[in-house]
Amino acid sequence: MAADNLLQKDRPAIEVRNLCKNFGDNEVLKGIDFHVDQGEVVCVIGPSGSGKSTLLRCVNRLEEPTSGTVLVEGVDITDPETDLDKIRTRIGMVFQQFNLFPHLSVLRNLTLAQQRAKKRSKAEAEEIARKNLEKVGLGNRENAYPAQLSGGQQQRVAIARALSMNPDMMLFDEPTSALDPELVGDVLGVMRQLADEGMTMMVVTHEMGFAREVGDRVVFMDGGVVVEQGDPKEVLGNPQHARTQAFLSKVL
Amino acid sequence: MKPSARRRLFRGVLYAVFVIVLAAVILVADWEAIQTNFFNPQVAAAAFPDVIITAAKNTIIYTAIAFVGGLILGLILALMKLSPVAPYRWVATAYVEIFRGLPALLVIFGFAFAVPIAFDWRPPGGSAGAGLIALIIVSAAYIAETLRAGIEAVPAGQREAARSLGMNPSWTMVSVVLPQAFRIVTPPLTNELVILIKDTSLLFIAGMALGERELTTFARDSVSQMANATPLVIAALMYLIITLPLTQLVAKLERHNKRGR
Repeated sequence: MAADNLLQKDRPAIEVRNLCKNFGDNEVLKGIDFHVDQGEVVCVIGPSGSGKSTLLRCVNRLEEPTSGTVLVEGVDITDPETDLDKIRTRIGMVFQQFNLFPHLSVLRNLTLAQQRAKKRSKAEAEEIARKNLEKVGLGNRENAYPAQLSGGQQQRVAIARALSMNPDMMLFDEPTSALDPELVGDVLGVMRQLADEGMTMMVVTHEMGFAREVGDRVVFMDGGVVVEQGDPKEVLGNPQHARTQAFLSKVL
Repeated sequence: MKPSARRRLFRGVLYAVFVIVLAAVILVADWEAIQTNFFNPQVAAAAFPDVIITAAKNTIIYTAIAFVGGLILGLILALMKLSPVAPYRWVATAYVEIFRGLPALLVIFGFAFAVPIAFDWRPPGGSAGAGLIALIIVSAAYIAETLRAGIEAVPAGQREAARSLGMNPSWTMVSVVLPQAFRIVTPPLTNELVILIKDTSLLFIAGMALGERELTTFARDSVSQMANATPLVIAALMYLIITLPLTQLVAKLERHNKRGR
């Protein structure tokens, strides 16, 4: 058992090999090799349509890869025999559009999947939910409905919802792109705190400041391939490829 | 003429036409005949209390059974129509197209008379029961289409969020998609319900025992018994008494649900 766990820890949290994804005739991912180590924060940047969100969505198989392998903690999630629902409880995901359940209170948003997918008792689920609401600074809003919250608050509830499953890693799909500028800081603050606690994170983002300060590694994608990756200060400060330079000159 | 004067004149003409038509109706109508034939106190008194304790009660019961049955069957059909298994989709599509295309009256007639003969089948509850089964089957076809539209109107992100949290497809449907779908289709479902209340009047074709009669059957029987149309007016009032509070109630329910939107 102990040796088994050790083996798991040595593996990358996420390992993607030669991943291709087509939407009809449109090749969105053209043979991606990519990994995220345990405890690592990897920021994926690139122009829109570069395939970065598709790559992220292939990691928990919200998108079906056309070919290639996706290993999550060593488990091949493209294998039809894999219990996808069980794997997904270990991968937290935060969406651009928050996707909170509008018909449920904040607390119920956080407890629903704990009870349905993890079979936790109501009391246990609520205790964990309250702890995570506290963590994202919304301990006093558990009875509110999503429509009564600002975008930034909704996204923090969404983060707390994902955390309540006690995931081993978190996927962020442009988590601040739908927010008013003055609300972005709160959400990034929560993400920074998570990174400091050692959470494994894959973050698709346009926030170059966050990528530089919080990211352990930056991956630049364009046209369905990984163009360049490495230390954030290197990639963002001294990009080697012409495409990276062109992109950064527009966004920085 | 100034524009304001012209507008006043135009409005005056509209009022005048209204008053003239109203006056003509009042003058031309035979008030005595109307009173004896449609608002006859003796005939009206004879209709009570049966019109309430039997007819109105049965209308409500039949509506409730047909609506609940239609919702259950309609939900199954809607899920079949969205199924990845093609034959389920074909069956559901054929069902919906057939029973939306047929007059409800014909389907009731068929279930009350043709099906029992063809399959040597004694419908539960006699011909009223057979008629009710027909109403369930017809309303399910309409409700299925409404529910399917509601399910498809729930944003894809909702399903993705639930699945990304590890909830399986069934729990996702039951806890996340369906509650939102039902909120979306509350107005059209109310419409189905009101139509259904009125469609219970078609059950008369099945032929019903005294205690089974709903408002329209009761009124028609009374009309022939009394040779007077007053029971029809009473039945009409009863329908309004049932439908008007219902639409108010649903409007209130909708405002309540807005909170969660």
